[in-house]
Order: sequence, then C-alpha cells, then structure tokens
Amino acid sequence: MKQKLTPAERREENWGWIMVAPTIIGLVVLNLWPFVQTLYASFCEHLGFGHYKFIGVQNYIDMFGNAEFWKATWNTVYFCILTVPVGVALALMIALLLNAKVKFKGGFRTIFFLPLVCAPAAVAMVWRWIFNGEYGILNQILGMKIQWITNPRTAILAVAIVSVWSSVGYDAVLLLAGLQNISKTLYEANSIDGAGKIRQFFTITLPMVSPTLFSVMIMRLMASMKIYDLIYMMADDTNPALVDMQSLMYLFYRSSFVAGDRGYGSAIVIWTVGLILLVTLIQFWGQKKWVTYDI
Amino acid sequence: MKTDSLRRSYMITKCVTYFFLILGAIIMVFPFVWMILTSSKTVPESMQIPPTIFPKQIMADNFKDAIASLPFANLYWNTILMVLFRVLCAVLFSSMAGYAFAKLKFRGKNILFGIVLVQMSLPSQIFIIPQYQMVAKMGMANTIFALVFPGLVSAFGVFFLRQTYMSIPEEVGEAAYLDGCNQWQTFYKVMFPLTTTSVAALTIFTAVFAYGDLMWPLVVNSDLKMMTLSSGLSTLKGQFTTNFPVLMAGSILAMLPMVVLYLIFQRQFVEGIAGTGGK
Repeated sequence: MKQKLTPAERREENWGWIMVAPTIIGLVVLNLWPFVQTLYASFCEHLGFGHYKFIGVQNYIDMFGNAEFWKATWNTVYFCILTVPVGVALALMIALLLNAKVKFKGGFRTIFFLPLVCAPAAVAMVWRWIFNGEYGILNQILGMKIQWITNPRTAILAVAIVSVWSSVGYDAVLLLAGLQNISKTLYEANSIDGAGKIRQFFTITLPMVSPTLFSVMIMRLMASMKIYDLIYMMADDTNPALVDMQSLMYLFYRSSFVAGDRGYGSAIVIWTVGLILLVTLIQFWGQKKWVTYDI
Repeated sequence: MKTDSLRRSYMITKCVTYFFLILGAIIMVFPFVWMILTSSKTVPESMQIPPTIFPKQIMADNFKDAIASLPFANLYWNTILMVLFRVLCAVLFSSMAGYAFAKLKFRGKNILFGIVLVQMSLPSQIFIIPQYQMVAKMGMANTIFALVFPGLVSAFGVFFLRQTYMSIPEEVGEAAYLDGCNQWQTFYKVMFPLTTTSVAALTIFTAVFAYGDLMWPLVVNSDLKMMTLSSGLSTLKGQFTTNFPVLMAGSILAMLPMVVLYLIFQRQFVEGIAGTGGK
C-alpha cells in the first residue's frame, strides 16, 4: 500500500492534519486523557489536592456494599421508568395534534418548546414554589396537603413531572418532523380501503414514525440516566427525602465535590456509564421487534 | 346524510384537537405566569390561603432584593462571556475539523474521527474530576477561562458540521480549487459560507446548553462573583428558604436573556435545536 503521494495530495494531507489538530488536541487533553484518569482514579483513594493512592477494587467493594448507592441506582432507574415512557407518549400525542390542520401551529410549537431555553436551575426554582407543601398552588388546586418534595414517596415523582414538562415540547418537535415526512399518499390509499383513524394510526403512522420514536427514546433515556440539575435544585441537604430522591449523578457530585472522595466518585461515574451502555444496548436489541426501517 | 355525519365527526375531531392543544399550552405556560405573578407579591401575600391570583400591587421590591443578594451584573457578564467563547470555539474548530473530515484525504482520518465519536458517546460527567484538577493545577479556578474550558472543543459540533459538509457536492470544492484556491481558501471563502444554517443551529444549541449547565460552573467557580446565572441562582435557594417572591424574581432575572432571544428568533431556535437532533 506504500504509494508516493503527489505534491497536491501531500498538501491536502497536511491541510487535513492542520485543520483537525485543534479539535484532536482538545479532545485528547480534555476528554480522552481525563477518561483514562477517571478510570484509574476509580481504583484509587484520593489523598487530597489531586494525589491518588492505588487501592485496587476497594472503591467498588465499598460502593456495592453501600445501601445509599443501591438506593441511588434504583432512584435513577425509577426516574427513567417515570419519565421515558410517559414523556415520549405525551410528546407523540402533542406531535400528532400539531400535525393536524390547526391554526397557530407555530404559536403552539413556540409555547411547548419554551422550557427548553430556560435554565434548568430557574425552571426547578419555579416548580419548587408550585410544589411547596404549605402554600404551593398545586396543593391549593388539588385541595390536598402533599409534601411533594420532602415526602420520600412523592419526591422523585415531583422531579419526574418537572423533567417531563421541560422536555416534552422538544421531543414533540422532533417527532413532528418525523410525522411530516410520512407521505400523504399512504393515507389516501389507506382511506380508500375504508380504514378508520385508529387503525390508520397503528398500520401507517406508528410504523412510519418508529425510527424517530426510537431515537427520541434513546436520547430521553440517556438524559434521564444522567439527571442531576433538577434534583440538585429541588433537594436541599436538610431534605428528609434526600436519600430517596438522589440520582447516581447527584450522588457522584456529592461524593466527589462535597465529601471530596474523588476515587469513590469516579467509581460511581464509571458504574453509571456502564449502566447507560447496558440500557442502550438492550434498547438497540429490542428495537428489532418494533422499529421499521424499510419504507 | 352521509356528508352531514362526516362533517359532524370532522367538527368533533377538530374540537378535541384544540381542546387538548389549549390544555397542554396552559400547562406549559402556567408556571411562567405564576412565577411572574408571585414576583410582585409581598411574602405574606404569597402565603395567603386561599391564594390571590393577581398581586395587590405591581412592585419591583423583590427584584431589588434579588439584585441585592446576588451580583447579577457579574452573573450576566460571566454568562455572556462563557457562552460567547464556547460558541466561537465550537464554530471555529468544529468547522475546520468538520470540513477536513468530510472533504480531505489524510492518513489517520478514521482513527481521529473515532476519537470524536468516543467523546460524543460518553456523558460529560466522566471527565469532570480530571478537568477540574487541570483547571485547579493551572491556578485558573474562579475565572472565565475555567467556565469555558470543557467547551474549548465540541465533538458534537465536529460530527454535526461534518454531515453538513458531506452534503455539499464535490464539484463546489473542485471548482474553487481550479480557480487557484488552496485548501484553506476553499474552506473559508467557498465552503464555510455555505454552511450558515448549520452554523446558526450549532450556535444556538451550544449557547442554550452552556447557559443551562449547572454542575461544571458549580464545581469550578465557587466565588459568587465568578458564577454563571444558573449556578448563581442555585445559591439563592439556601438564602431564601421561604421567601418565594424573591426567588421568583431571581428566576425571572436568570432566565430572561435566553427567553428574550428565543422569542425574537423562535423559528431558528426550534429548527436549530431540533435539527441538531440533540445530544
């Protein structure tokens, strides 16, 4: 394969290297090397000021023997169960509604999309107020006295509601694009056959939009597995439900930067990435059963 | 007869569609409206049961209190600089690399692009501890540079712009090359101007993401004067546990710049962020 390059080809190659150099150097320094360091640190004890001592799999042993860690893992999985199916189903409903001939379609789209451009910190602050147990408007409307954020049984649910509220418009816009790609002739041919709207949805719409639906689900799942900011904002250190609502990434933050145990924190983040990988693989394996790629 | 029942079912469908759309819109808008209404109430009024809907007076006191307890001028300035530099870096470096990966032949291309893909598929938290240690070692904690640091390069931007450059026909570059442009000139005089839509999308996406990011700014800049709007606002919840009118005023101040930009550039925002397919 050793061929002499012509001068023009050589110049092209040099330009190629020069133009990717900033990105590649950046990625190696900022991401590739830190990734290796995190992996290594997960087998170390942090002695302070960035110094580490190798201790083998001790962090993992500690982690797997820690009830708080398992609770956080379950909380993360539970949060995904609460947000992904409901969130994506609601997004699909909104997309279907917007795909009909409606007036002010752009206006509705703008409204549903609005939470996405608001910083999660600000969004969570507003919802803390709505969920407030004593004076929150939600309890006033429901006529109940639920301590949404401090009751262990509702704390995650409250965060999940905020999460779905924040992301549903974004998912709907993606799904709407998928719906608009479905050719009208498919529906016309189908309605001559006398098929009803509901059958049409299951025989045409759902299979045709399934690739988009799948990618939205994967994206939402990955985002939910990494949930951190909403929990950080809605939970306080004094919150009695803290252990019942903290996710893996929140536990990672507390272990690494509040408690300063960066070896243990690294082990948590490695575990989380492994979990994300596993769940994604299961999704990709499961998609063969319901995603249609051939037109 | 038949057309009559058809028309009736059409009308019912229409009503149901609008009903759910309007209901959804109300649920989406309500928290913002409630935030604005609360921000003008006094603390006793905000705790009144049953609650008042409209505040008894329109007042700016809560905003004054929020500004007195958080250095909002610094927060705006830090956030603007962080977003600006992150966008500049993402657009400049990603355009260059995206073009090279799409259009140029060079050895090692596939391996180098593999690095881009690996970074894209890993969550950013896995890099945070070492990144923080680098910033600390350089003595750059509590600076604008620290805020920008993880965003100096954007793997996602490279991936996204590479796709854009791949969709430009080969003839465009060849024509420029025959006109005597070298690779760099072909890139920045001919090809780059063709990607403005994608660059706008990347700009919006990068800006929104950087603006909302919470963990990195919290970790790296602990000095209140060097925080971003997001991380600065998060300190407010410890200061005012029950003073929700001030918290609402602070939230409004924190989300205002991006919401205003969004309302001006609605289409670009929606299509830009949806077009990038998210991360």
